Amino acid sequence: MTNAMELYQMLPKTNCKKCGKTSCMAFAVALMSHELTPEDCPPLKEESKYRESYEKMSELFKPTEGVTETGLIVHEDLCFGCGNCVVACPPNVANDPHGVGSGNAPTNANKLVLAVEDGIVKAQNLGECRRFGKNKILCYGCIVTCPVEAIEFV
Amino acid sequence: MEKNYYVCTGCGLLCDDIEVESEKNIVNKVYTACRVGVAHMKEARRNEANFLVDNKPVDEATAIKEAASILKNAKNPLIFGLGTSINETQKAAIELAKKINATLDDTSSFCLGPLAEALIQDKLKTCTLDDVRNKADVIIYWGTDPSDSHPRQLSKYSYFPRGTEKQRGWEEERTAIAIDVRKSHTAKICGNYFFQIPPKGDAEFIDALIAGLSGKLPKTSYNYPPKKLLELANILKGAKFGVIFVGRGLIYSLENLEPLFKLMKILNEKANFHLIPMVGNCNTMGFNENLFAETGYVNSVKFENGTVKHGPEYSIVESLKAKSVDAALIIGSDPLLILPRSIAKNMLEIPVISMDHCETLTSKHSKVYINTAISGVEAGGSAIRMDGVKVSFEPAIETNHPSEEVILKKIMEAL
Repeated sequence: MTNAMELYQMLPKTNCKKCGKTSCMAFAVALMSHELTPEDCPPLKEESKYRESYEKMSELFKPTEGVTETGLIVHEDLCFGCGNCVVACPPNVANDPHGVGSGNAPTNANKLVLAVEDGIVKAQNLGECRRFGKNKILCYGCIVTCPVEAIEFV
Repeated sequence: MEKNYYVCTGCGLLCDDIEVESEKNIVNKVYTACRVGVAHMKEARRNEANFLVDNKPVDEATAIKEAASILKNAKNPLIFGLGTSINETQKAAIELAKKINATLDDTSSFCLGPLAEALIQDKLKTCTLDDVRNKADVIIYWGTDPSDSHPRQLSKYSYFPRGTEKQRGWEEERTAIAIDVRKSHTAKICGNYFFQIPPKGDAEFIDALIAGLSGKLPKTSYNYPPKKLLELANILKGAKFGVIFVGRGLIYSLENLEPLFKLMKILNEKANFHLIPMVGNCNTMGFNENLFAETGYVNSVKFENGTVKHGPEYSIVESLKAKSVDAALIIGSDPLLILPRSIAKNMLEIPVISMDHCETLTSKHSKVYINTAISGVEAGGSAIRMDGVKVSFEPAIETNHPSEEVILKKIMEAL
């Protein structure tokens, strides 16, 4: 959606360290990895001259409709609930090896990233997704197993 | 917390891990099931009349009386369907067929019947779907597209789940192979292991594959690249627990099962292979087994004063073509829709009694229509999964629709 450099351009660039980071660039990187939010920069939030930038950034980080924070979209019209992604998703297998990891019904639903509900896969608990957080990696587990390309990352 | 799981009777897989949320006997939410299963479970939302004669609502007694008189006046009635009925209904239907000297058939006579017969007679090595999940390393989908027909087949039983002896998952420990005439959704998942053959090219492909397995140069009239065939042969030779899922695509293309027997024989000399039919309806396998236990045949039979006749002329297609049947009792099937028009139109000339849980083309053209409970959703019982495992289930919701079994017994009494 954007890169750290673009975010940096919208920051005050004063390196005031009030956010706890050593520089505004470091803050921009932290924003990118969802470690911090625009509210964590006091000048940006409080000073009126930055209001425009602040609103723009808040808009950027507000999860847009249908898109989850990891950028995962499920095309509900394409999905037919085969559950391949649910069974193949690495965090799902790690968190529920005898349930979804073995092809069965979930036994640990509040730790699962993907689950089938009413015949359509639903993304949830995104904190568990390998594309989320500080140590995120570009995992393709759910995309390559989908026969109809119903899952997409943006 | 112990959860209450239900069995989905939407296809031959009989998934037994479905969670259902219902209120006032209406299914609101279904978890874990695929879209086919959800549609099947939610079908119970209907408010059609239970009994119709000439498309007009009547009471139960009138409908049963009318049905019984149709069957009584017929010299050679046909009983067809039962693919989605529970074992108990199927046994009752066999009894009824005996009593009225009927022709009895189901969809397997033009689907996977020959294969089911060979498996029941132990002519082919088979295994259960749980074995596939726990042990299989080479999985072949031949002439079938489970991604569309049995959506959870890959995720619940075959390719993706981790099993007791396959802990490291599909990327490392399993190979999925698709052999088909077109790039199906399943073939897409198989990636480089998709072997596209021309229609009717299966028998030749099997011969070439056998040649490849025996170390000869595989040749086909459609010039399939020998290198690719040898690559396939090598994968199959290395299989520790192989399984072939056979669909109608392969059965329709073969004139008889001989090539398949030959292939299975040589595969089991070089490696270890099993075969499972991709049965569509939830209890077609059960019908084949129940009828086999009773008569020694899996379909297309004619009862005549205590004796049983069998042959293709007693299948629904041939008997309608020859107009040898003079009434029909259709249970949970829609022959007017699924049969070719030239054959199905003969059904319009005879009185038809249909039993189904929803209005179908056949029910609209029936003299008597009985709206029955959905097996597995509104009525409990047992069914046989595509791999021959018996699955028992409880109803998920209550209904005022009568079950097929009860109706059949009442018709029998009225006779």
